[in-house]
Amino acid sequence: MKHLKMTTFLVAAMLATGAAAQQDGGRLDLIVQPEPPGLMLGLVQNGPTQMVAGQIYEGLLRYNTDLEPQPSLAKSWEIAEDGMTYTFHLNEGVTWHDGAPFSSADVVFTTKFLQDNHARFRAAFSHVESVEAPDANTVVIKMKEPYGPFINAFEAGSMPIVPAHIYEGTDYATNEMNATPIGTGPYKFVEWSKGSYIHLTKNEDYYIDGLPHIDDLYYRVVPDAASRAVAFETGEVSVLPGGAVENWDVKRLTEMDGVCSTSQGWEFFAPHAWMWLNNREGPTSDKRFRQAVMYALDREFVKDVVWNGFGTVPTGPVSSKTNFYTDDVPQYPHDPDKAKELLAEMGYDGTPVRVLPLPYGETWQRWAEAVKQNLEEVGIKVDIDSADVAGWNEKTANWDYDMAFTYLYQYGDPALGVARNYTADQIKKGSPWNNVEGYENPELDKKWAAAAIEPDNAKRQEMYTEIQQQIVEDVPVAWLLEIEFPTIYRCNVKNLITTGIGLNDGLRDAWIEQ
Amino acid sequence: MAIAGTILGRLLKAALTLFAIAVLNFFLIHAAPGDPAAVLAGEAGAADEQMIADLRAQFGLDQPLYVQLYRYVGNILTLDLGYSFRQGAPVLDLILERLPATLILTLTAFWISLLAGVALGVAASARVGKFTDSLITGTALLFYATPLYWAALMAVLVFSVQLGWLPGFGYETVGSGYGGFDRAIDILKHLILPALTLGLFFMAVYMRMTRASMLEVAQQDFVKTARAKGLAPSVIRRRHILRNALLPVVTLAGLQAGQLVGGAVLTETVFAWPGIGRLMFESLAARDYNTILGVFLVSALMVIIFNIITDIVYRLIDPRIGQKA
Repeated sequence: MKHLKMTTFLVAAMLATGAAAQQDGGRLDLIVQPEPPGLMLGLVQNGPTQMVAGQIYEGLLRYNTDLEPQPSLAKSWEIAEDGMTYTFHLNEGVTWHDGAPFSSADVVFTTKFLQDNHARFRAAFSHVESVEAPDANTVVIKMKEPYGPFINAFEAGSMPIVPAHIYEGTDYATNEMNATPIGTGPYKFVEWSKGSYIHLTKNEDYYIDGLPHIDDLYYRVVPDAASRAVAFETGEVSVLPGGAVENWDVKRLTEMDGVCSTSQGWEFFAPHAWMWLNNREGPTSDKRFRQAVMYALDREFVKDVVWNGFGTVPTGPVSSKTNFYTDDVPQYPHDPDKAKELLAEMGYDGTPVRVLPLPYGETWQRWAEAVKQNLEEVGIKVDIDSADVAGWNEKTANWDYDMAFTYLYQYGDPALGVARNYTADQIKKGSPWNNVEGYENPELDKKWAAAAIEPDNAKRQEMYTEIQQQIVEDVPVAWLLEIEFPTIYRCNVKNLITTGIGLNDGLRDAWIEQ
Repeated sequence: MAIAGTILGRLLKAALTLFAIAVLNFFLIHAAPGDPAAVLAGEAGAADEQMIADLRAQFGLDQPLYVQLYRYVGNILTLDLGYSFRQGAPVLDLILERLPATLILTLTAFWISLLAGVALGVAASARVGKFTDSLITGTALLFYATPLYWAALMAVLVFSVQLGWLPGFGYETVGSGYGGFDRAIDILKHLILPALTLGLFFMAVYMRMTRASMLEVAQQDFVKTARAKGLAPSVIRRRHILRNALLPVVTLAGLQAGQLVGGAVLTETVFAWPGIGRLMFESLAARDYNTILGVFLVSALMVIIFNIITDIVYRLIDPRIGQKA
């Protein structure tokens, strides 16, 4: 296995010297798991859809692995000093896959389309006053208030630009063209053989000369994790996206000859895993109990054994990969004695707690077992309460649990991906993506609100540092792991991961060494 | 005449059964926790109440349950299986798209297991107590006791990863551009491992049943009579013993045939075979109500059809059945 940093360094070095002769052609087979429900990215935003449709549709911007904005459909952009106006200058000569010209009218239409269909977009755009197109290649967005994280909301998953000439005036959900998506991206949709594969082909008219390099992409649907590992071993597929195989297979596969792996390409998402601790009732409603849980858990052990050393043990609610992170917070090392002390102090009476694992495969099941063992070591009684995906949704969304595993994406900014889990206005039954634990801290709510619209980044950092310190003291949830999903691929696939969303838009620049 | 009458009676009963099954399925599926809107919203990684409410309204889930049932029943009475909102396509299309792959797999497995099972059973019974018999029954016991998914994975490891003889998964070589005969050969290669894996278990069952049944029939008086009148042993075995011994095998084959549509979930999953079983399983996980109900209905229909066919085959093998004494 060649190490990631080495590979990155080499690629960077080659680019710097201009020595790399990128080769065109070839076909690339990748795993997509599970099979996406649809490919119209404006209507469906689940992970597999983003991974495939991210080659078909594009956003105005892309983000590098340091989460800095890069040109995409917008070749340049300006943010007014007061943070109230965003001006985007679009690339010229861009066409949709059906040949129709792309213009600023499509962007304006997209903002309307997504208001109806995209929850995350709706939240980000609640800060927007108006969207206008003064000419065919310019879009001006006026804000109601300065909103710093806004610049992070323009990649293909957050704001995929959809074609006005196909959707305007139609019923979006039942539009027949949803089955044959039309975008501006580097690859065009060819065929979807349900249950087998999705075939995309090179967009010959792509507006960046020389891109993309690869002729055909085949996203293969293989429902069994062990079979996916076999598919990679036999060379049937060349790319295993993060999470495609069980963790214990990762080591074996990456040690094969000619196989590379990288944990880059997840910076924008920064998946952050924790257990919701029900703050409303039961032993978990006592802060001392929740702190005891943090001391009882051997999080390093889980990282090393269950996750094969991948990932980072988090210090609090914000991932170390996300902007405005701080490690200057109270620490919770593995300390069973301290946990027992806290439990004795609160007078824990041995009431069992129900732990709800995530139904995402063996790794998560084993993780729940490790947690059970840790908690029982300090005298907490644990029942593991299993459910399938729909059952898990139902239980968490209706607060029917004591401790429940989950992981959420952070989208580069605490205001986009972190605040939603801790502010009181996000306590709403029926959704598993908000303040499910029921944590209420009115003082912090004010700080969250103020930090989101603070134009000065230094001040924002100060505010988020205070927030993190207070929350880590309160332990509303038990932070477990900053998850890393290594992407495993054949080393002859070059330049595969170049952005903070990795494979989701990475095939534009990738090429295959023949 | 008798057969026609029976079939008519059977069809009437079948229609009623099918209707009862459909209604029962409807309630079962709605009793499971969660609904398709919540699953879809959940997968998006971010959702607000508006999104879930919009989806429920779009799927018709905001209506009272009896209204939904009324609509569903109205639909199936007009042979409309409904629309899968998750996949954005009519359920019938989704099923028809997957049906050929499943039928190729399950029918191949069915015939392999039935023919090989009966042949081995006859062979074992002819040499009862000898080495051949022990070898056949021993192997069959092994197949019978091996969990399907384990056998499947081992087959892939040996024949695909180690030996490289056969493709380990999939329905055909993706993007090969094969057509006509080449494509058929390609599909056949992909078919061998999953069909054998799926067929081995039933082959063992047929083998044991045929053997036991043959031995039992061989003790009966009419066989002794046949032997006494000097018929060749091979003729006795074929015309007198086997024909009578086949009835329990046919019963079992009817049961297996009923599972042709929905019974290959595991095999389809391990071998990434794009069939109905996976469609059902994935739809169940996603609570895609219309699709699951559609697959259930088609499966139930198959069971009923094959029950009728089994009855007819009984009569063909043994003309005494169904005749008034």
